[in-house]
Amino acid sequence: MIKFFLMVNKQGQTRLSRYYEHVEIKKRTMLEAEVIKNCLSRSKDQCSFIEYKDFKLVYRQYAALFVVVGIDHTENEMAVYELIHNFVEVLDKYFSRVSELDIMFNLDRVHIILDEMVLNGCIVETNRNRILAPLLVLDKVAES
Amino acid sequence: MPAVSKGDGMRGLAVFISDIRNCKSKEAEIKRINKELANIRSKFKGDKALDGYSKKKYVCKLLFIFLLGHDIDFGHMEAVNLLSSNRYTEKQIGYLFISVLVNSNSELIRLINNAIKNDLASRNPTFMGLALHCIANVGSREMAEAFAGEIPKILVAGDTMDSVKQSAALCLLRLYRTSPDLVPMGDWTSRVVHLLNDQHLGVVTAATSLITTLAQKNPEEFKTSVSLAVSRLSRIVTSASTDLQDYTYYFVPAPWLSVKLLRLLQCYPPPEDPAVRGRLTECLETILNKAQEPPKSKKVQHSNAKNAVLFEAISLIIHHDSEPNLLVRACNQLGQFLQHRETNLRYLALESMCTLASSEFSHEAVKTHIETVINALKTERDVSVRQRAVDLLYAMCDRSNAQQIVAEMLNYLETADYSIREEIVLKVAILAEKYAVDYTWYVDTILNLIRIAGDYVSEEVWYRVIQIVINRDDVQGYAAKTVFEALQAPACHENLVKVGGYILGEFGNLIAGDPRSSPLIQFNLLHSKFHLCSVPTRALLLSTYIKFVNLFPEIKTTIQDVLRSDSQLKNADVELQQRAVEYLRLSTIASTDILATVLEEMPPFPERESSILAKLKKKKGPGTVTDLEEIKKERSSDMNGSAEPASVNASAVSTPSPSADLLGLGAAPLANSAPPPSSSGSLLVDVFSDSASAVAPLAPGSDDNFASPDLASSEVVSEEPADTVHDADELFHKFVCKNNGVLFENQLLQIGLKSEFRQNLGRMFIFYGNKTSTQFLNFTPTVICSDDLQSSLNLQTKPVDPTVDGGAQVQQVVNIECVSDFMEAPILNIQFRYGGTFQNLSVKLPITLNKFFQPTEMSSQDFFQRWKQLSNPKQEVQNIFKAKHPMDAEITKAKIIGFGSALLEEVDPNPANFVGAGIIHTKTTQIGCLLRLEPNLQAQMYRLTLRTSKEAVSQRLCELLSEQF
Repeated sequence: MIKFFLMVNKQGQTRLSRYYEHVEIKKRTMLEAEVIKNCLSRSKDQCSFIEYKDFKLVYRQYAALFVVVGIDHTENEMAVYELIHNFVEVLDKYFSRVSELDIMFNLDRVHIILDEMVLNGCIVETNRNRILAPLLVLDKVAES
Repeated sequence: MPAVSKGDGMRGLAVFISDIRNCKSKEAEIKRINKELANIRSKFKGDKALDGYSKKKYVCKLLFIFLLGHDIDFGHMEAVNLLSSNRYTEKQIGYLFISVLVNSNSELIRLINNAIKNDLASRNPTFMGLALHCIANVGSREMAEAFAGEIPKILVAGDTMDSVKQSAALCLLRLYRTSPDLVPMGDWTSRVVHLLNDQHLGVVTAATSLITTLAQKNPEEFKTSVSLAVSRLSRIVTSASTDLQDYTYYFVPAPWLSVKLLRLLQCYPPPEDPAVRGRLTECLETILNKAQEPPKSKKVQHSNAKNAVLFEAISLIIHHDSEPNLLVRACNQLGQFLQHRETNLRYLALESMCTLASSEFSHEAVKTHIETVINALKTERDVSVRQRAVDLLYAMCDRSNAQQIVAEMLNYLETADYSIREEIVLKVAILAEKYAVDYTWYVDTILNLIRIAGDYVSEEVWYRVIQIVINRDDVQGYAAKTVFEALQAPACHENLVKVGGYILGEFGNLIAGDPRSSPLIQFNLLHSKFHLCSVPTRALLLSTYIKFVNLFPEIKTTIQDVLRSDSQLKNADVELQQRAVEYLRLSTIASTDILATVLEEMPPFPERESSILAKLKKKKGPGTVTDLEEIKKERSSDMNGSAEPASVNASAVSTPSPSADLLGLGAAPLANSAPPPSSSGSLLVDVFSDSASAVAPLAPGSDDNFASPDLASSEVVSEEPADTVHDADELFHKFVCKNNGVLFENQLLQIGLKSEFRQNLGRMFIFYGNKTSTQFLNFTPTVICSDDLQSSLNLQTKPVDPTVDGGAQVQQVVNIECVSDFMEAPILNIQFRYGGTFQNLSVKLPITLNKFFQPTEMSSQDFFQRWKQLSNPKQEVQNIFKAKHPMDAEITKAKIIGFGSALLEEVDPNPANFVGAGIIHTKTTQIGCLLRLEPNLQAQMYRLTLRTSKEAVSQRLCELLSEQF
């Protein structure tokens, strides 16, 4: 199961956080700070999986932005690692060359995309077109 | 595609975010946020009703503020109001706010439920989707109460849209997790299983997660999912890379779905239906084959996705643990990854190989990679990869490579990261103890541990080395010598002082003969460390000193002087002061006898589970920083559970010595535990009271009598007892001259024996130890005698409990009566179910004719007189054979005595020869036996001659004894 899904920049500012189990806000900030500290301290030749407390972190870095996913032992690390990339590619497709700013200014849409892909900690959809479908409906409604 | 500020772009929001980004300091940011919160609050409380657009804008701002780590204590009501909006955009933002900000015990749930109910009834798939997402993400008990009945219907209804089905599946999963009691199984369950056949792969993806969770809790009801999952997987795996269109990711067909299906299959044992099983094997082979094919794309995403599936397939192969061919292929594949340039792959390969090492089919294959793994330990730049390498070395360790692995771990320890040192120390300590053939090696290893990483050597580790030294008198002298030498180092770790103090206090006398380690030198050496040590260590040293008073009366006055000094008698620490006072007094008033009694050598420690192992298990447990742990308690216990088989397997291969058993499995009752209560007359009580002799065969030095546990273990597990009993002969022969020990051992089961015989009667205790963490079911051991044997041997067995819990041991008693002489041995057949598989194995039970020997002492004259009386060719059997073991006279003597006859000294004119005499007792007759063993050292041969009044007896005894030398 996926425990949480985070996007944090190199300065340690959280740009997206989605928890699939309730965590108090104070603990969230602590956790996010620790997680990003962990990721930043690693070099390129280290592996993308970190054992952290009793779960694992799978992370990928895109420019100054880290995507970090917390998973339990039932999840396949490599599959989650590619899930991150799939997510980023969907964002890229929607925002045409996504940047950190897109994510900040369109937090609601990023949430919609993530919710289409991961629900209740499980991967629910991986097909890019179908992930974007509800959002395109939304945009159409908004335009009219 | 839309640009930065999209669609109904909210200017106010953009301005706010820009402001925050421009803040130069944290304080400025907080100030700006507080200003915004005040603004929003006033807007919400204001008289003017807000329009949907404004509400939406403010909710977005609140979300952003929340993301920055500020708690939001208002706005919930406004969000709930948005739910009932008919505008999709407003409704959507309302649901988003709620699923991010509202936790499952909010008071608002009832209002939210109302909105959800309306949306579910709306038949608008977009609205339904939003409502279902909300349940799936919030999922409180109140929601379960409200919707648990309805969701299954939506899920299996024929007219539900695919996307709604997907959300409904995950929604149901959430409700099942939070309130399983509210989600009753029903007609829908079978229809859910059929979602695996759904045309739409998104639906299958969602349904597989649901079914996996349900199947874990209700395996029987979801059994049909196995064949459906296999056929779905097969269609995916064999499809051309373009068949699945949008579900193909970089030329890999539906990788995430494949992973999920392979996970689902790990809830079950291998399929019983041969067709399904065949198809699955084909799938797994295809996946393994694909790994060897040239990649369809150079992109790393392609190989990552392919490898995700591959690793999951290997997990399934390991889980099934039934196809040796697949297991070995998996091992080879992982072996390739061990040298891959991608760190991620090396990490994952080490991790999977760890579980592979515990399979009996692939253990050997895993071992071939030892050099690569050791190399990883030395060269990997990532600590987590190195840690995996340590885990794998631990898992692949067995008797054959223990010395190498322990040496490498010790090497690594010198430079290891601080974060993993303690764990490595524990692992080394466990391996050194478990696979110690030579206990001097064990002592050296532990002392090295203390030298290299003394700070990380916990109490458990040094307590254990002391227990072992005390319990094994063959190593005490060596231990004393070694600690004495180690203490010579100018700076040594306090843990070494503790171990050294304790051991010299007990066994310092063993090295006191050497002038270089005379009593005074030992004392001065210890005392030179005294002042640098902490209070507990000093207390321990004071006890050592008083023990010295008893061991070495010649230095009594020196010690008394030390005890009498102000720094002791008036020490500020009350414990030290008390010890000094009491010990000084004791040494002054007590007589030598009393001192000797009070300060006697420590008795052997009772057998107990190694606390080191318990500690290692605990270390793997969860940490405690965030609340996540609380929620995850259940899960973390699962995790420990899943980790256990490996560690139990690894540790339960206990050596036969009493002190070496880490789990207390098997060896304890075999060795020096109290005899089981016996109610059957004086006969057995007699035998038990002679417990020293019963323990004797287990005494140190007789280790070579024990076969290595791996011996013949895999061959013995088979459906055909007849073939395999033969293979175990070697183990069987070990028991001819002794009564206790390990009769059989494989990955699952350990069988230990303890037996005693007197005249024509005997009693045997068989101990069955379950080495796994899983129950054995229908456990039925049966002792089988051939027709011939039945007439000469009476065996009565008591039935045992048919379930043997993981890690538990059961005992069976066999009462034996020898009616007349016999040739064969009875066979012990054991059948049980382990996991899904049926296990059947047979071993010969070492009840042999010589067990009914009573020794007879006689003079040289008597012996040769009787020897001549038995000169009829039919009474004599002779065998000339090559020595299989080193020709050591002392061992030979011990074996002849163990065989049961008396060893007659100074009878044979040639002192190199051995002669023995005894009487075999059977119910019907008594048969006198004489034996003579003539070793020829040059030729490395023996000649063994047996003379008895009965040819068959001579024959059998000669056979049995010939195998011993």
